[in-house]
Amino acid sequence: MSKPTIIPIGPYHPLQEEPELFKLYCDGEIVRDIKWETGYNHRGIEKLSESKTFDQVFFLVERVCGICSTSHPFAFANCMEEIAGVEVPDRAKYIRTIIGEMERIHSHLLWVGLAGHFLGYNTVFMWSWKYREPVLDLFEMITGNRNSYAMFKIGGVRRDIPDNMIPVMQKELDALKLKLNLLTGAVMDDPVIHARTKGVGILTREDIIDFAAVGPTARASGVAIDVRKDDPYAAYPLVNWKVITSEAGDVFAKTEVRLLEMYESVSIIEQCLEKLKKEKEGGIDVRVKNVPEGIGTGRAEAPRGEVFHFVITDGGYTPVRHKIRAPSYVNIATFKKSCVGQSISDATISLAAVDPCYCCTERMAMAYDYHTRIAMMGTADLLRMSREKTDNIRSSL
Amino acid sequence: MMGKPEDIIKDLKGIFSIDILDDSIKSETRASIQIAEKALPEISKYFHEDLHFRFIIASALESKRGFEIYYHFSDDQTGCVINLHVILPTENPEIESLTALFEAANWMEREMHELLGINFLNHPNLEKLISEGNWAEGVYPYRKNYE
Repeated sequence: MSKPTIIPIGPYHPLQEEPELFKLYCDGEIVRDIKWETGYNHRGIEKLSESKTFDQVFFLVERVCGICSTSHPFAFANCMEEIAGVEVPDRAKYIRTIIGEMERIHSHLLWVGLAGHFLGYNTVFMWSWKYREPVLDLFEMITGNRNSYAMFKIGGVRRDIPDNMIPVMQKELDALKLKLNLLTGAVMDDPVIHARTKGVGILTREDIIDFAAVGPTARASGVAIDVRKDDPYAAYPLVNWKVITSEAGDVFAKTEVRLLEMYESVSIIEQCLEKLKKEKEGGIDVRVKNVPEGIGTGRAEAPRGEVFHFVITDGGYTPVRHKIRAPSYVNIATFKKSCVGQSISDATISLAAVDPCYCCTERMAMAYDYHTRIAMMGTADLLRMSREKTDNIRSSL
Repeated sequence: MMGKPEDIIKDLKGIFSIDILDDSIKSETRASIQIAEKALPEISKYFHEDLHFRFIIASALESKRGFEIYYHFSDDQTGCVINLHVILPTENPEIESLTALFEAANWMEREMHELLGINFLNHPNLEKLISEGNWAEGVYPYRKNYE
């Protein structure tokens, strides 16, 4: 390899929830190696958790991720209820499941929009973000917040879904299904999107097992793992739904899995609402007086994959050790496989395909490497190249 | 059919008899097994390649017993989570790396090395993962330093 061009993605935040720096070592247009640096925004949440009471930890872990802010409390609740040996009332299970699935819908819509944006399809971006808004409105109606819902506690949920809200939600879900049809049709039938995403950023079954990747990233490579099915929690074993998988392992397969998963989520929410109608209002929690000494593992399927919480307690009010593993931790490492050997213009969509959280603003600038004086490129250049490729394909069709 | 923690522990005791120090079954799908530190690569290999368990993550902490690491493995067919528990001495804690078995251990071992100062032998690249360039050398933020 002659002098490699280093293309940084980062550091203060390109595509991730937390600021991270990816350095793509390129030979011409082809990415030859990828190195990453993380920890620019390490908040020490695991350590901080050791100084909070169990009730406070819910609010803390809710802030681990800005987009899937209910999956961490969900996993933590599963974990603490395992230690305390608490059985949650059915009504609380349905409410938890509804919140978890609504979050999956809004998170997947957000991803589809951003994927469209990276490919130069700003119409897809605007559509899917527009369709995401009613879901956030429903969240506001149920929980009082568009995000960080503060719904979970040990033994149940904090707020009920009263009967008068159920028809409103059903109406909104019916409208959402039509919009999903429109969006799925637009994405799945577009020849340019096929050309840009098929065969790009492929992860094989072996890669998934080696990197222990989870969620839609694994399911798009034919590895049918889903905590909701494998280790059932909340109301998932009480409703009918199926795990969506695809075999190709490329960006298109990941898109397909996410789009089809939203239909399953709508179906799960509808079934839960039907069950809620049959139950009396109230009875959404049980009282938990103390948490005994022990260890617990709690899992929940976040929109991006399995969230894992491990807590050691000593009979007091705070965790002795609280380990959190977010799905992106294992999914991001797969970039080493999915990006190397690809052209730079495919790197942005390959990096985006595992859906690392993008809740910060993009900030990048043209820079020179301090030591080698090799020109570096910014996100703007990457996006421009990605969009130019789409335009070229579009005009040649 | 494999999958129940008691069957797994029974088989494990048959193969790695003296290396299994303790076990506790919490429920139908949860169990912890304390193993000898030198047997970790062999037992992990058995879980990963023979039983097809997925490595979830490892949790490390410092306690009065020394440095403890829980390696969490998941069976995605049955929903079973097995914690392999090793206890390392407070002085000079070191253990074999699992990166050769599965790439998923790479980042986690770097993180444990950085936060608790546990040394992972034969790790390909034990650089700092999260505090590169902004944290003092030889100071480990997650240590508790029991007297």
